[in-house]
Amino acid sequence: MTKLSYVRTEMLPEREPPTSATGVIGWMRQNLFNGWMNSLLTLISLAVIFWLVAGLLPWFWSPTWNAGSLGQCREIIAEAGKQSGACWGVINERWPQMLFGFYPQDLRLRPTLAFFLLFVALIPVLFAMISRRMNWLLLVLVLFAATFFGPGGAVMTVLQIVLGLGLAWLAWTVVATDRADRAAQIKEGVKRLPNPLIFSAAFVFLMPWLLWGGSVWVPVGVALGFVIGWLVFRLLNALIGSLAALILAIVTPVLWWLFLNGLFASAMQAVLPYGLEPVPSRLFGGLLLSVTIGVTAIVISLPMGIMLALGRQSDLLIVKSLSVIFIEFIRGVPLITLLFVASVLLNIFLPPGTNFDIILRVIIMATIFAAAYMAEVVRGGLAALPKGQYEAADALGLDYWKAQRLIIMPQALKISIPGIVSTFIGLFKDTTLVSIIGLLDPIGLSTSIRADTNWNGIVWELYGFVALLFFIFTFSMSRYSMYLERRLRTDHG
Amino acid sequence: MPSQEIERAVDHSRMKVSDTVAIEIRDMNKWYGQFHVLRDINLTVNEGERIVIAGPSGSGKSTLIRCINRLEEHQAGSIIVDGTELSSDLKNVDKVRSEVGMVFQHFNLFPHLTILENCTLAPIWVRKVPRNEAEESAMQYLEKVKIPEQANKYPGQLSGGQQQRVAIARSLCMKPRIMLFDEPTSALDPEMIKEVLDTMIELAEEGMTMLVVTHEMGFAQQVANRVIFMDAGQIVEQNEPTEFFNNPQSDRTKLFLSQIL
Repeated sequence: MTKLSYVRTEMLPEREPPTSATGVIGWMRQNLFNGWMNSLLTLISLAVIFWLVAGLLPWFWSPTWNAGSLGQCREIIAEAGKQSGACWGVINERWPQMLFGFYPQDLRLRPTLAFFLLFVALIPVLFAMISRRMNWLLLVLVLFAATFFGPGGAVMTVLQIVLGLGLAWLAWTVVATDRADRAAQIKEGVKRLPNPLIFSAAFVFLMPWLLWGGSVWVPVGVALGFVIGWLVFRLLNALIGSLAALILAIVTPVLWWLFLNGLFASAMQAVLPYGLEPVPSRLFGGLLLSVTIGVTAIVISLPMGIMLALGRQSDLLIVKSLSVIFIEFIRGVPLITLLFVASVLLNIFLPPGTNFDIILRVIIMATIFAAAYMAEVVRGGLAALPKGQYEAADALGLDYWKAQRLIIMPQALKISIPGIVSTFIGLFKDTTLVSIIGLLDPIGLSTSIRADTNWNGIVWELYGFVALLFFIFTFSMSRYSMYLERRLRTDHG
Repeated sequence: MPSQEIERAVDHSRMKVSDTVAIEIRDMNKWYGQFHVLRDINLTVNEGERIVIAGPSGSGKSTLIRCINRLEEHQAGSIIVDGTELSSDLKNVDKVRSEVGMVFQHFNLFPHLTILENCTLAPIWVRKVPRNEAEESAMQYLEKVKIPEQANKYPGQLSGGQQQRVAIARSLCMKPRIMLFDEPTSALDPEMIKEVLDTMIELAEEGMTMLVVTHEMGFAQQVANRVIFMDAGQIVEQNEPTEFFNNPQSDRTKLFLSQIL
């Protein structure tokens, strides 16, 4: 008979874990040498990695940066006494073309500036922890830096001085005031800086203008169209109900853009002429083309996909059927066919003489293609939400749109982040398909560079460079999605 | 059947049933497809009443209170809440919903928002209360349910009982005139049932109109002024609690009480 009764008289204190489970040794034991089989696999893997690096490094390490042709490369490699090596001369000679295509050389500051401003515009959208002050500081910094590469002249000098002073003031306020001070200042009534999202919104219209140039009044008119739509909705919402107001708020700006914007822009141009030298779409190429198509399609496809996903779940039969037909049709067709439709067929359907920009057509096709996928990804997120969330939102008296915006979408999109980012990455890589319809994206350019007699026979260096360019973007997106998932975690910690 | 004993004396001094009608349900019927879930429901609730709805599972008691804020649609009869008839008119529905608070079995807090944001969301977006006012009032209600210190945590970091108390506070922030409780303690550990019931008793003591679907018969005996027993989609018996428990009339009620007490 054992004694069943037991009473603990004192509670045990907390103790350190054994040293074999912590530190470098603990980590290695757990992750690399956990049993003889795993130890063996670790050693084999290390050997394979060593063999790969030892084979590739000498090829990469090739003093051919200044070579002018493949022939010169071969001579240099032979002189160095090597069997084979990379011919980096082609990258050295052609990298500006790989980035900008045939965009006029003296105007390349514009796409470069647009590219850097893109990041400034994205920061307040993507990152929550960067302060307004810091964001405006970055904006002024980019503009200030750009003035040094621009054409000279008195105006530029004045601009430089103004931006320089602004930069100094912003930098001083960032350094001189700490967080607590700033909070106190705000309380005392010192004005906060405006929300940097204002710039992000303006950038939507600024970017096409920087890239394509032309009268400044065209983008202003386009932006005006949105204001008109908003005003129509605000004024008519109370009068004729939200659905009718919404339809009119979409139709009116479209009519404005189609028929009146041109008149508005030319009239304003006559009064206050200001513009940039126009650059036609056929000169766009290289990474510039990929980023233009990719970023625009990414930015538009997400809201469009959300609307389609909501449409597909709608109780309204017509909205639902239209969404389903759109999603199933677009998703069921290869992107290449859509691109061919954009490049060839669309011209047949449009009235003769209409000039519908090829890049715009491609962007539209890439966008609707991605939106169809996005809709299904978002629908997955919506399906994963428990019904109780909808009920709780309803029970509190939130209407459909408020419930979607405040309760449903933040959660559904959070669940869908990996899928959304995969779609983005896929879309960005798919922009290389435009080489098939004759646009000179990095792949299209590589083909033409390889047709040059100097570089005939180059393969790895060019395509490797293209791969690297794309990898930088896609890998950043992937890391960002992981950061976002971590930031939005609310279940513990 | 777990039934928490109410340990403290319940203060009935402020529990007054007024003559004003809060909810009026007339000949209400509801079907799920072919299945007739609610049959000829007639129920009048006056302001200040504390009604416990009991019954076996599948008897339609949850469906009944979910009809009152139109989480479920009824197909025949009428439901009038605070003078507003529930129909397919969304404006009326939203009006009723902002006057009627609801607490769910599974809390249904918004996991992506902090406790404070959960509480201020509806006042800010539905009632258009300024943020700082909404936050002040939310903190008062969180103090009332005894968890002001959790205000900046997320629901996932709280225990079940705490979450349910937040859910109650979230409903109260809309300053509702009627509170609906749909099995508020059924998903909780016994230890936590008590803290939620205590909160509900306090609410009753302040004179709130409450409809509570629950299996907590202790709560029904001490707090309710009327117990409704439902079976097969209809109201089988209703009475004041003492009579209901000591002298049940229908065989169905007797059988139910013998099983759970």
